[in-house]
Amino acid sequence: MTAKQANQVAIVGAAETNEVGKLPGVSAIQLHAEAARNTLADCGLTPADVDGVAAAGISPIEVAHYLGVTPIWIDNTAIGGCSFLVHVRHAAAAIASGKARTVLITHGQSGRSRVGQPSMPASPQSIQGQFEAPYGVLGPPTAFTIPVLRYMKEYGLTHEQLAYVAVAQRKWAQRNPRAMMRDPITVDDVFASRVIAYPFHLLECCLVTDGGGALVVVSAERARDFPKRPVYVLGTGEACESPIVSQMEDVTTSKAFRLSSREAFAEAGIGPADVDHLMVYDAFAHLPLYGLEDLGFVGRGEAGAFVAEGNTEPGGRLPMNTSGGGLSYTHTGMYGMFAIQESVRQLRGEAAAQVEGVEVGFVQGVGGMFMAAGSLVLSNAS
Amino acid sequence: MSSKPVPKPTPETQPFWDGCSAGELRIQRCKPCDAAYFYPRPFCPRCGSDEVEWFRASGRARLYSYVINHRPGPGFDEDAPYAIAVVELEEGPRMMTNIVGVENTPENLVLDMPLQVTFERRDEMAVPVFQPAVEGGTR
Ligand SMILES: [Zn+2]
Repeated sequence: MTAKQANQVAIVGAAETNEVGKLPGVSAIQLHAEAARNTLADCGLTPADVDGVAAAGISPIEVAHYLGVTPIWIDNTAIGGCSFLVHVRHAAAAIASGKARTVLITHGQSGRSRVGQPSMPASPQSIQGQFEAPYGVLGPPTAFTIPVLRYMKEYGLTHEQLAYVAVAQRKWAQRNPRAMMRDPITVDDVFASRVIAYPFHLLECCLVTDGGGALVVVSAERARDFPKRPVYVLGTGEACESPIVSQMEDVTTSKAFRLSSREAFAEAGIGPADVDHLMVYDAFAHLPLYGLEDLGFVGRGEAGAFVAEGNTEPGGRLPMNTSGGGLSYTHTGMYGMFAIQESVRQLRGEAAAQVEGVEVGFVQGVGGMFMAAGSLVLSNAS
Repeated sequence: MSSKPVPKPTPETQPFWDGCSAGELRIQRCKPCDAAYFYPRPFCPRCGSDEVEWFRASGRARLYSYVINHRPGPGFDEDAPYAIAVVELEEGPRMMTNIVGVENTPENLVLDMPLQVTFERRDEMAVPVFQPAVEGGTR
């Protein structure tokens, strides 16, 4: 390892809310708290043991006070769904430099039921308000999706291949009792689902759910003192590109994906060939394809065929989004926490659809509409 | 029924919106880079220079990418399904827009098709939208 932060911290606590899905009886802040308390129980700690808190969506100050924690280190990095991956990276730096000892990272979102869920209307004077909102944008399904027709033209991705991403992930979800959507589907089922924003059908768009998750991060030195198998943080990365999708340099590739993953791989001293298990944030069916290419698992234009040939589904050589992902498992709005949770479960050997022999996991998160990215290389071997 | 969103200028973007109201697509160019850029800023995002100037773009563009949205945003009920597009201006920069003057179907909206700017009123403002270019003409 290099002299960077690699391998100096570990995730020792990880848990989700009791349930994920449709939870009209729980507010957003309580989803944070339920996930946090489950996570503290998972690693045998109490709120008094926590000295650092990171959260997004709801301020870490509100989360800390609600839990009865008085942190001396806080991180309110809120850059969309990859915020929690970036929190892990920032926590690693803080712990390695002695600024914090025990960092709690929480996510909770009442994305479906909207109970106590803060909303953030864009100002008509913001960059987005002036240069995108006037054209009838209505949330991620109408903006995050815009790049794919250009990608299809440049690289020959077919509608069938795009649809198959949802089919492959449903195969994993069938094995996960907590997944919201578990019935097997075919490409024809995807095509038969209603068009949300051409070329995207409903089944190529993520779910909208309620839920939460949390993590406890400590130094690698302390990691063996906890009840569960430690998950070491070997490498981390973060990057951003543009606040609005229309200003991406090239919509057929995510610059933020490329930069954040390169940093994480370099810090870990490994490459794609060393990865046993992959999570790529899948708000829409094209995201895993961008991830596979931008992270270097396949060449440009090869991802559609790679998934359609079965490489990422059960029995394939690169198990990807093994919980069912945002398309079939759950998607509260800022899904990144759930991508980390599944990676941790796989590395602990406690996943619903457990893959044999997982030692190195890679988690790729996205924030906004290709706005930002976070990457983690995790391992159960120090 | 709500009306379509109306952009609100800032001091830095006012010349762009003034141009739209006057029926002109005014964007900025960096003199040292000799390159146009968008969205408006009083300096060049590429090199940082503040030697920049406003100019009238040709209004010619090509269709870069799009979706056809079936769940209308505020004020767009009567337009749905409608395209939310990104076009690439002849001068280089790209911008989000709507496509008018043609039914918004996958068959009609072919990537890289030539387009020409026009303007759509929104209250006291006007926003740039694009229509298929007329063969051989610049309108
Ligand atoms: Zn310049």
